[in-house]
Parts: sequence; structure tokens; C-alpha cells
Amino acid sequence: MYNQEKCKFSKTHEWAFIEGDTAVCGISDHAQHEISDIVFVELPKIGAKVQAGKACAVIESVKSAADFYAPLSGEVTQVNENLNSNPALINQAPHGEGWIFKIKISNAKEEEKLLSFDAYKATL
Amino acid sequence: MEKLIIEKSNGARAVVFNGAKDPASFLDKKYLRKREPRLPQLSELDIVRHFTNLSRLNFCLDTHFYPLGSCTMKYNPKAYDAMCSLESFTSLHPLTPVENAQGTLEIIYKFEELLKEITGLSAWTLQPAAGAHGEFTGALIAKAYHAKDKNRTEIIVPDTAHGTNPATAAMCGFKVVNIKSNARGRVDLEELKKVLSPKTAMVMLTLPNTAGLFEYDILEISKLVHASGALLYMDGANLNALIGLVKPAAMGVDIMHINLHKTFAAPHGGGGPGAGGVGVREELKDLLPLGRVLFDGKKYLLEIKNKKSIGQVKSFYGNIAIIIRAYAYLRQFDGKTLGEIAKNAVLNANYIRVKLKNYFPAFFDEVCMHECVFTTPKDLPNLKALYVAKRLLDLGFHAPTIYFPLIVPQALMVEPTETESKQTLDAFTRAMKQIFEEAKKDISILEHAPHKTEIGVIDEVLAAREPNLKW
Amino acid sequence: MFNGNSKETASEMLREIGLKSVEELFKDVPSTLRTAKFNLPKALDEQDLIKHIKSLASKNKTLLNFAGAGIYEHFIPAAVNALSSRGEFLTAYTPYQAQASQGTLQAIYEYQSSICALFDMEVSNASHYDGATALAEAVYAACQIKGLNEVLISVGLNPQYKQVLKTYFKGTREIKFTEVSLDNGTLDLEDLKTKLQTPRSAFVLATPNFFGCLEEVLEISAIVHNANALLISLVNPISLGILETPGSYDSDFAVAEGQCLGNTMSFGGPGLGIFTCKKQYVRYMPGRLCGITKDDKGNRCFVLTLQAREQHIRRERAASNICSNEALCALNALIYLSLLGPKGLKEVASLNLEKAHNLAKQICEIEGFSLTYQKPFFNEFVINCPIPAKQIVKKLAKKDILAGYDLGQVDTSLKNNLLICATETKTEQDLANFVSCLREI
Repeated sequence: MYNQEKCKFSKTHEWAFIEGDTAVCGISDHAQHEISDIVFVELPKIGAKVQAGKACAVIESVKSAADFYAPLSGEVTQVNENLNSNPALINQAPHGEGWIFKIKISNAKEEEKLLSFDAYKATL
Repeated sequence: MEKLIIEKSNGARAVVFNGAKDPASFLDKKYLRKREPRLPQLSELDIVRHFTNLSRLNFCLDTHFYPLGSCTMKYNPKAYDAMCSLESFTSLHPLTPVENAQGTLEIIYKFEELLKEITGLSAWTLQPAAGAHGEFTGALIAKAYHAKDKNRTEIIVPDTAHGTNPATAAMCGFKVVNIKSNARGRVDLEELKKVLSPKTAMVMLTLPNTAGLFEYDILEISKLVHASGALLYMDGANLNALIGLVKPAAMGVDIMHINLHKTFAAPHGGGGPGAGGVGVREELKDLLPLGRVLFDGKKYLLEIKNKKSIGQVKSFYGNIAIIIRAYAYLRQFDGKTLGEIAKNAVLNANYIRVKLKNYFPAFFDEVCMHECVFTTPKDLPNLKALYVAKRLLDLGFHAPTIYFPLIVPQALMVEPTETESKQTLDAFTRAMKQIFEEAKKDISILEHAPHKTEIGVIDEVLAAREPNLKW
Repeated sequence: MFNGNSKETASEMLREIGLKSVEELFKDVPSTLRTAKFNLPKALDEQDLIKHIKSLASKNKTLLNFAGAGIYEHFIPAAVNALSSRGEFLTAYTPYQAQASQGTLQAIYEYQSSICALFDMEVSNASHYDGATALAEAVYAACQIKGLNEVLISVGLNPQYKQVLKTYFKGTREIKFTEVSLDNGTLDLEDLKTKLQTPRSAFVLATPNFFGCLEEVLEISAIVHNANALLISLVNPISLGILETPGSYDSDFAVAEGQCLGNTMSFGGPGLGIFTCKKQYVRYMPGRLCGITKDDKGNRCFVLTLQAREQHIRRERAASNICSNEALCALNALIYLSLLGPKGLKEVASLNLEKAHNLAKQICEIEGFSLTYQKPFFNEFVINCPIPAKQIVKKLAKKDILAGYDLGQVDTSLKNNLLICATETKTEQDLANFVSCLREI
């Protein structure tokens, strides 16, 4: 759905699928694999202002709680409510059903700092 | 496997109270409960069997070697159980006038006096209900001490600290500043210097630290901390390594807590209740929680007012049942024999360390204190600490603490305590060697461990994704 | 004492690991620190120790007790201690290794279930230190949920609990508390409405309140929820044998001091902090939780769960630093509730109600003594006395009676008021004895 080749990545393993002034955000396949079985996602609130590089969600496995750092700044317009009942969606389809939230981008310039899929792959 | 007690419920009665009247004769019906609670209904015999059978599913100190690092699982002398169960202690209501509570008050007072002597600190409180609660108390005292200096908003915590330390600092409204330890698992003085500032309220150190190592730079550390105007806090959860040998005050400690149930041999009860004493140096004495026991030369009293105090941290005066046991334990030692506790605890830990040298290396390859943190051998990359822990259960030992401290990969934290014999330690090291050999031959037996316990590999993901928390 | 090895064995172990002296193990400790002298009294052997402790115990004097105020005297069936003091429960620790701790884990699960049944709540954790600290944690959770640090409490909240809330939140997480006044012993609902016109995260409802009076829970719940605040209820667990449950009046959180369920008073500690909430708030709940799952053979088993909320994983981001629970006290509570069952619990609660009402009636027959508040109560009530309550407590202590709690300590205008409690432990003779001593004053 949000094909990884078309996504931009942060070094901290988040992706953003950008369309105009909105971005869908999630975590990379590599990250979901590292975290292993995800049991809970603490989603941001709709309307929350997230800042690039700052923690805005938490992804829990049985033995860990990983911060999700916003890849871009903006206002949260939608969250993936399905994760509340089925957090495993992130494990199953990190670039599809396992998306986390959508934002309205507030600073398009930040997009330049994100990595292409190939560049991200090279960091792993 | 035992059925749930509610599944056994058959309508029988156990304890009966004769003569109860209908509550509706005293209260309007609107106040009364509409349906009865879904609690078990069984005969006393079936209840006794249920809980006796449950108890037999546990490993415990009375049945197994329990080398859980950081928890000081030492023998809990049976005499103390009887002592704290004396009716004169248990039937005392906390509002009993002090004249009628002199025995309990004297124990609290005298125990605090003994703690003063063994730590060199000026005053103690036994009010906190646990070690973490003691940390909270200590951090509140630091906050009160710095009340006039609003800039002191940070608490420095090394990466070897217990998770409770940063959580405590956050609870008290401090910003947590983490620092990395050096290659030998100790506080890196240069790193410390970088973060110490006029913003530092306190530095929290676990001594010995959670890697089981003594901070050999402790005197330099305390000098630096004090020069910056901050306080030095000692997490005394590991006091068993130093008791009777070193006085924390001499290291420059300003505030410390002790987990009474660890160092002073009280049973851990499946996770509590514990008790946490907090000691401070003279200057901080008045800040201790309200409700201290005082002595006027003739009788023991309770402090009722103290404007400088941080206030009460819980209802009443502390976990008395644990305090009585801890006091009794300390009274079985004198100034000379007290140090034997630490010496033997440290000897036992090092004995295991050396015996396992060629199998499971200590992560920091040097003399340890009361516990030793092992890691899995480099040439067995598929061997995980978890497998070792679970396989140990098969071989008749409780597992060590695993994956802690976080700075050690595949950590296996072993704390034998002084009360274990050479024979037990030898049996344990033999078991560890067996696991090492198994790992070399066929890791699958370890991956699927335990095999001999009633329950096998547990699906923790299911437990977390679909929480089933009650019947 | 209690060393596992003889001196000879210890020396042998030293030799085996290539050391000459145990001092070599302490080489990291600066030598200046190793000169400490410990001036302790003579060591006692077990025999002398028992004598010593018994002599201390004999300095306590148990009075005929009519005090409550948070800690209550109840009959504890013998099976409670006989079972919970088994070494397998007593000398185990936190059940981190599930396969080695199924006994403790199942007991925690059954405790959580029993508490939920008693309270009609959806989730209970494995317990907190005591009622006051459980309340503090619930208040913090409510503030996190609402994102607002404003909380209403009642004037009728136990003063020790108020004190603990202050200690926990003043100057730390900066939660502001505002008190709602009482009208003749129970909450002034108009004042509650007025104070809820300002946004608040939660209201802390104590029922019975500190003065023993039962609150109008349904009305209060509606008022609180209409104002978009959360309801935190503080209750007496024994009273729930007969009284309406926190779940029935839609409490979002319900907490309690659980000492009364099979635990001794022991001068106020250890307590048992009962902490329950609605399912939707479980992520905000601090402390341990035990859940059911399966093992690889498909067997039902128990495990600590939702641990990623806790300090050992979240560190400074955790809601609380709490690490332990009061497992043994929770086990006592579970065994107690199992032994009594719903019927025994109703009987014991009914007896409390009856004894307290009989006592109140008899005291009111003495000239100069009357009930301060004309409100329904459970096992505790306030008596307006002809002389300061402080003096009554003092005089009756001389007759080996603990008369109650002098309310002058809370509010000087209440100095003639005595908070009195009577539980099932009091016989008709005990009541008569108390009443006749009061009559003599």
C-alpha cells in the first residue's frame, strides 16, 4: 500500500509516505523484525502536534517499549485505530495495514533530511 | 496444573459467622449490593488442598538454590517468623497510645540506632514500604534540600542503575541524565564531569553497582558530586557486599536506602511486602518523613509535627512485620561478626566466577563483589541467556536474573549469598557446565527448555495481546 | 551466623580460586574505607534472641479496640496464616521465571479475580503498598488520562491519605488538589457541582468516608461524569460484603486498603493497596499484572504480563517506580475471601453493621453523647461527646480500652468528636464494657 520504494526513511527506522502536504507514517520492515512480536501501540492523539525527531508514539513488545520518533513535523489527522485491537498488523504489513498515523506536514523542508529506501537500506 | 479455585467451587461453606442479621434492618436497600460477588464456595479442606497444591508449584528458597542477582535471596531464619507473629505485635492498632506501644516503638528506634552505627549516617526512617519507595523518599528529600535552588532539576543516573532509579527521579519531577559506564563497568569520571553542573540535584549510585563491581573511584566521585553542590545517593540494595566492612557515610553518601528484606534476611513473600529504610546525614535529618520514633530518655514517642519534613510517604509507620525480622537478624551479630556476612557473600560469588571461567565468562573479567554478571560464550552465538535460565529450572535450580544489567549482552546475573554451601555452589557450576556442553552439541534441547517443569515454553505474546486478567 | 560453609571450607574455596586471603576480594575498596569499627551490642544466639524479642513484645499492651480510621480489627481464620506461611509461598520471590512460580502466579491471578468480583471492576493489579499509595497512583493515572493536573477530593477523605497525596505530588508532578466540603457528614453535592464547573481530571470519592458516613454514590457518579471528570472511589473492602460496589456506580478507578481482608493490624504495616480500574485504563495502571496464557503443549498457565508499562523496561517513562507488590498480603486476602465466600463475607459485613449500630445506639443513650451526623453508616461513626475526645481516649486507655480516633487532630472545631468503630470481633459484653466506661466520664 505504502510501497517501501516510494517511502522516505529516518535513521531511527520510521518511514513517511508523502502525498502533497500529508504523510502516512509507520516503521520499517527491519524495525518490526527487530522489535519482534508487537503487543501494543501507544498512538498519538488526533490533533497532536508532532515534531520531527521527537518521540510521539510507543511500540511495545513483551520485553521492550520502543519510542517512535516522528519522521516529519506536523499535526496528526488520523491514527490507525485497528492497531488497538490488532497490533500484530505492524509485524504482518509494516508498509500496509500496519501504518501508524497520518499527519498534515507543517515543514516540507524536513523531507530533504529523510533517506530514500536505498540510502536507508545502506544504513542497516 | 491446578484448576482455578472458582472452577472447583461447589457451594460448600468454610468459615461461618453465626448470628448475622439482615442488613436491610439497618440500611435503606439502595445502599445494598444487588448481586453477590463471584467468589469460591468450598469446604475448608478443599481450600487447604488448593493452596497447598499451588504452593508446590513454586520454586522457593526453602527448596531450591535461588541465585537471583540483585535480590539477595539469603536464608530466612525460621525463628523470626514466630517472633513477628507474636500477638502483642500483630494485634496492635496503629492508633494505640504510645504508652501501650512501647515494645514496637522500641524496636523501630533501636533498629534505627543500629543502622546509624553500621552506615555512619545520622538518622533513619523505616516508613517506606519497599526499596523503590525508599528511593522515592530519598529523592523527595533531595528535592526539599534544594528547595531554594530551583535550578537543580536534574538527577544523574549511570547506565548500570536499577530501572527504579530513573523512574523515581521522574516521579519526583526531576530530569534524568543518563551516563555511560567505562570499559570496566564503573562510572566514567570524565563522563560524570561533563554532566555535573549547577543543575544537578543528586547523583544516584548503586554501590556495589549492578554489574557486581565496586566503584573504586568512589571517593573521587563523591568529591566531584559535592563540589558541584549536589547530593550523593546510594542505592543500598546491594549492601550485602559491604555490610560490616564499610560505612556508606565514609564514602561521602548523603542519602541511602536499604532493602531490609534483602540484607536483613526477611522472606520475600513471592514479591513483597518488603521494607525500605532511608538514612541521611545530619543536615538532612529534619526532612525525613513525618512520624519518626523519638526517645525522651524514658519512653518512646511518635513525631506528630515537623514543618520541614517531606511528609508521610504512606499510612502510619512502616512494614512492622519486616522491621521486627530485620532487627532480630541484626541482633544476632556483633561488630566483629557482622563483616562475615559480606566476606562470605563475596567469596561465594567469586568462587562461582572462577569455577565457570572456561564456560561462561564473567562479562567484566575481574574480582566481583556479592554477585557476578556472566555472559554467554562468544563461540556459542546461538546460546541465549534465556535458554540457560530455563534449562537451569530443569536441572533443579532457580534461574539467575537475566538480561540485566542492560549494558551486558545476554546477561546472567548470579548472586549466591553467604548462606549457600560449597556443595550447592559446586552442583550449580556443574549444571552450568552441562548446559555449556549441551549448547555445543545440540542447542535444540536448550531452545525448548524447560522440559521437566509442569509448564513448558510460555506464550507471552498471547498473554500481552489478549490480556486475560481475571475469571 | 547462617553461613553455608565452615571456616575450613571457606579457606579451601579461597585456595581453589587461587587466593590467599579474603581481603584480596576487597582490593577495589580504598584502604581508608576499610578501617571502620562497628560498635554493636553483644550478639544474641537464638535462645537469647527469642527472650529479648518476647520481652520487647511484652511492653506492648493490646487494648480493647474501638479504633478504625483506616486500619480495622477483624477475625482472621487460622487457615489463612497456616497456608500463606508455607515456605513455598513465603520464601519465593517475584515470579519472573513463570515455570518456577506457577503457584504464586496463579494465586495472583485468583487474587485479581476475587478483587474484581468483590469490587465489580474489570481489572485489578497484583497490589500496591497500601491504600494511601494506591490512591496516589490512581490520581496520577487519572491526570495522565485527562492531561490535566487538577483533582477534587472530599473534606471527608482520610487525613493520612490527604497527607500522602500532598507528599507525592506537591513540588513533584504538581497536581493541584481542591477540597469539596461536607454537609452534615456527607458530601455537599452543590459544592461538588460548583467545583466541577472548572475542568478537573477526577474526583476522589470515599465511601464510607473518613467520618464513617455512606455517600450518595449514584448521584455523585452522575455529577462527576457529566462534568467529564473521572471517578476514583475509595472503599472499605469488608463493607462490599453488603454495600453497593464501585463498579455498580460506574467508578473509573477503585482503590482500597485491603489489610482488613485477612491481614493483621501490626501497628499499621504492611498494608495491602488494592488497585482496580476499567479495562480501557489498564495501560495507565502501574504495578504488576498476572494473566493467563498457554505453553507450547497448549496447557493453560500464568505469567506476568503487560510488563512494558513498568519501570524495569520503561525506566524514566514509567508511570511509577513501583517494583514489588504486597504479594503475601494479597495471598492472605485471597485465602480469606475464599474461606468466607460470598455468604461468609455477607455475614461478617452484616455483623459489623449490626455491632456498630448497637454500639451507637447504646452510647447515644448516655446523657451528653449523641451521633454527630444523622447519616447512614457501616462500621464506624462519630460521637459528639460532652468533653474533648482527646481526654476520653486518654481516660479509657487507663481502663485498657482504645476508645477511637480523636477528630480534634483533624479539625479543632471537632475536638469533642470521637470516631468509633465496632467490628464483628466485639461481643455484647465488650460493647457493654465500653459503654459503661463512657458513662463514668
